[in-house]
Amino acid sequence: MNLLLMGVLLALIAIAYQIGLSKSRNLAGKGNNSAKLHSRPGYYGALVALWCGIPAFLILLVWNIVEPNILRHVVLNNVPASIAATLDQASIEVLIDRVQAIASGFGVSDQAAAYEIAAAQQLAKIETISSFAKLALVICAALAGLVMAKKRVAQQYRARNQVEKIINWSLALCSGVAILTTIGIVLSMFSEAMRFFHFVSPIDFFFGIEWNPGFSTSGNAEGSYGLLPLIWGTLMVSGIALLVAVPVGLMIAIYLAEYAPSSFRAWAKPAIEVLAGIPTIVYGVFALMVIGPFFKMLGESIGVHINATSALTAGFVMGIMIIPFVSSLSDDIITQVPRALRDGSLGLGATKSETIRQVVLPAALPGIIGAFLLAASRAIGETMIVVLAAGNSPLLHVNPLEAVSTVTITIVNQLTGDTDFASPQALVAFALGLTLFVITLGLNIVALYIVRKYREQYE
Amino acid sequence: MSTSNSSSMGQTFDPQAAAELREKRKQKIASSLAKRHRKEKTFRILGFSAVVTGLFFVVLLFGSILAKGLPAFWQSSISVPVYFDPALIQVGAKPVQKEGESPAQFQERTIAWQTEMGMVDWDALIVNSMIAKDSSLASKRDELSGLYTSSEAYRLRDMVMADPSLIGQKEQIKILADANVDVWLAGNIDRSLPDDQQQISPEVRQLADQLKANGMIENTFNTNIFTNPDSRSSPATSGLAGAFMGSLFMMMIVIFISIPIGVASAIYLEEFAPKNFMTDIVEVNINNLAAVPSIVFGLLGAAIFIGWMHLPLSAPLVGGLVLSLMTLPTVIITTRASLKAVPPSIRQAALGLGASRVQTVFHHVLPLAIPGILTGSIIGVAQALGETAPLLLIGMSAFVASVPTTPLDQSTALPVQIFLWQGNELRNFFEGRTAAAIIVLLALMVGLNSLAIWLRKKFEVRW
Repeated sequence: MNLLLMGVLLALIAIAYQIGLSKSRNLAGKGNNSAKLHSRPGYYGALVALWCGIPAFLILLVWNIVEPNILRHVVLNNVPASIAATLDQASIEVLIDRVQAIASGFGVSDQAAAYEIAAAQQLAKIETISSFAKLALVICAALAGLVMAKKRVAQQYRARNQVEKIINWSLALCSGVAILTTIGIVLSMFSEAMRFFHFVSPIDFFFGIEWNPGFSTSGNAEGSYGLLPLIWGTLMVSGIALLVAVPVGLMIAIYLAEYAPSSFRAWAKPAIEVLAGIPTIVYGVFALMVIGPFFKMLGESIGVHINATSALTAGFVMGIMIIPFVSSLSDDIITQVPRALRDGSLGLGATKSETIRQVVLPAALPGIIGAFLLAASRAIGETMIVVLAAGNSPLLHVNPLEAVSTVTITIVNQLTGDTDFASPQALVAFALGLTLFVITLGLNIVALYIVRKYREQYE
Repeated sequence: MSTSNSSSMGQTFDPQAAAELREKRKQKIASSLAKRHRKEKTFRILGFSAVVTGLFFVVLLFGSILAKGLPAFWQSSISVPVYFDPALIQVGAKPVQKEGESPAQFQERTIAWQTEMGMVDWDALIVNSMIAKDSSLASKRDELSGLYTSSEAYRLRDMVMADPSLIGQKEQIKILADANVDVWLAGNIDRSLPDDQQQISPEVRQLADQLKANGMIENTFNTNIFTNPDSRSSPATSGLAGAFMGSLFMMMIVIFISIPIGVASAIYLEEFAPKNFMTDIVEVNINNLAAVPSIVFGLLGAAIFIGWMHLPLSAPLVGGLVLSLMTLPTVIITTRASLKAVPPSIRQAALGLGASRVQTVFHHVLPLAIPGILTGSIIGVAQALGETAPLLLIGMSAFVASVPTTPLDQSTALPVQIFLWQGNELRNFFEGRTAAAIIVLLALMVGLNSLAIWLRKKFEVRW
């Protein structure tokens, strides 16, 4: 029905365009002298089409949102009060499904109750009326828009300005979506986190040193919800990742920017950047299948116990993942350092490495710190690698060879599985998410500020 | 150096002392030169080895995944002519809807007929056909029924259900071996392990080896991985079709939501937006949105689309919406960059000839920016294709044994399927499957990215 109506509407819009077009061409007179018109004929067509389409589509949209609720009421009104009192939420849904099946002529396999049949008859009647009413209303709206817009088409009517105004508005609306997303993130996290703080006090959450939320079946906050072990695990894993990624990434950037012949750079740079495009789940599986067992074996051969899933494994693999991130950001920044600084240093007799270490790097330092912070925020928010490779033991310990738990692992654990959405065990995920959001946002804002400031310095 | 200069300045000039000093300095430089050159060389080698390390990780990653995953595309199977024995398949004719019968009643009769079909001993058909091929196996009926994967019986049932005329006929069918048999034959389990640690009984193992030796069990290319959905009861037939369709639906939604909205908002911000406080906020907001961890978008989806709007759990629709929001900043940022790259002279020329601003943008600037926009959009879609974490939070990690037909059906996605398979208890078998699924995912992503590179190369304009 909706599809049919949509098709009719599209056809009407096409006709409206043609009407506007031909009327404006007539106005232009013989020889299609469009100089007599304010706008080109296409704009008149577009304006009539928009007037025809937009109100009709809006009506259709509102109707489709409201209609199901009204139909529900019709069904429930037909259920005798004595039976309605015995129904719970689930059996109401079953009842509505049954009535709808009878009304559509599909029938039910067992004997339908009298009130069900009565409800179905009424439902079928109202559905028919409603669909005709919808059809009539939408088409009337479309035609009314068409006629009204057509009337306004005149030689000096500013159709182009109207159409452009509409285009402008719709573009602005689209850019509002990004804002809405942010507002949605902040509001949803904040309100759900507030619900969580009804169960657990924020002080216990932010400064607690024990993480043991218990199971959601109990329906109340029995366990302990201390954030610190999770933050500690997150910092440990990201710290290891940065220890791997920053030296390697920075040296790659230096070598490719300062030493490598351009033919080598041309293929080595994209080859390393391939690492940035690989999905994180692949890194997770890689850690689990290759790196974890390798570290375990390495540990056995030197007599140290290394867990296959540990902070070390997760951090190391995450480090591999952010190498290209560090290297390409630093590369950009190093190449931005002005040529004159290098020439000055080389002219005084410094070797190339001395120039890099004592002139280029200090000059690029703020930018590199910015890159470092961006990489850190990447590492803190990373999920799949740690879910697969960090193990899951939310304890405060300093041994990177043991399993740890992070904020992101816990979010996934608390929201997957059979959790009741309203229990503190599930709601805590939003409090954790909010914490994560604030940390990464802070890091990003500082990093972007530093990078931008640095860029201005040399422009 | 400066101190020695200033101390000698106060005294009268002594040419001999100056020459000595110069000589000393020369010696000092000469003696440190070797050290400095050595340092230079070390630094350079350090840089080179960092590049090599980076490249090594790329090779290691791809190498280990390929080594584990490629063999999993081949699987043990038994190709036998199956005789659809009428003596075993005793069911009534397929029901037809009668006059005056309501669809609900007809459905009930059809279900009854299907149940009857399900009661047939389909396993006997398979075992009989194996014995018919090699009569020496007649005494090993139990072991034979342990050789193939359990869903093959249902496959025969579905074939007959779709076409009852098969009854009484013979058809060559490829029967997939059981997952554990495949693991045993492929050598993915240590053959020297004692019996109690092996997955299958010694008799079945011996039989499998024997049939492999005489060629009845072959290692054939496994099309199931592309055509079947996931399966729990019969791991050998589990495939990626369901996950692939789920991902496809989500990518469609991303393409239809994220790209138009992203491009439109980029055009607005770059070409039309007045420079004021609001626009600044939108800009900062978009830059920060691009760096929000993906899992936060999952939380957003869980709270808004599922908790508040009550959209169905595990549906590609919700996944697609979440991924669209996640991709939006990428599309906006790349589109803005490519709009910015169009030289202002184009705009000035159009405006100078009397075009309006909208005409300038849509007739002149946008067509020139399209290659860049396409590239950015494809890269955004590829990113969305590989994203896992947000999908876990909106319930897409559920086991789904069917191929979704609409975006509202339950479904998984390719990366989520990888996540599910790597956690499967049947480790020896699913390690290969996981790596094979990764190969499929990576192949898709490499395909998308090369398309992006090709488009950029083909349409790139240098001003």
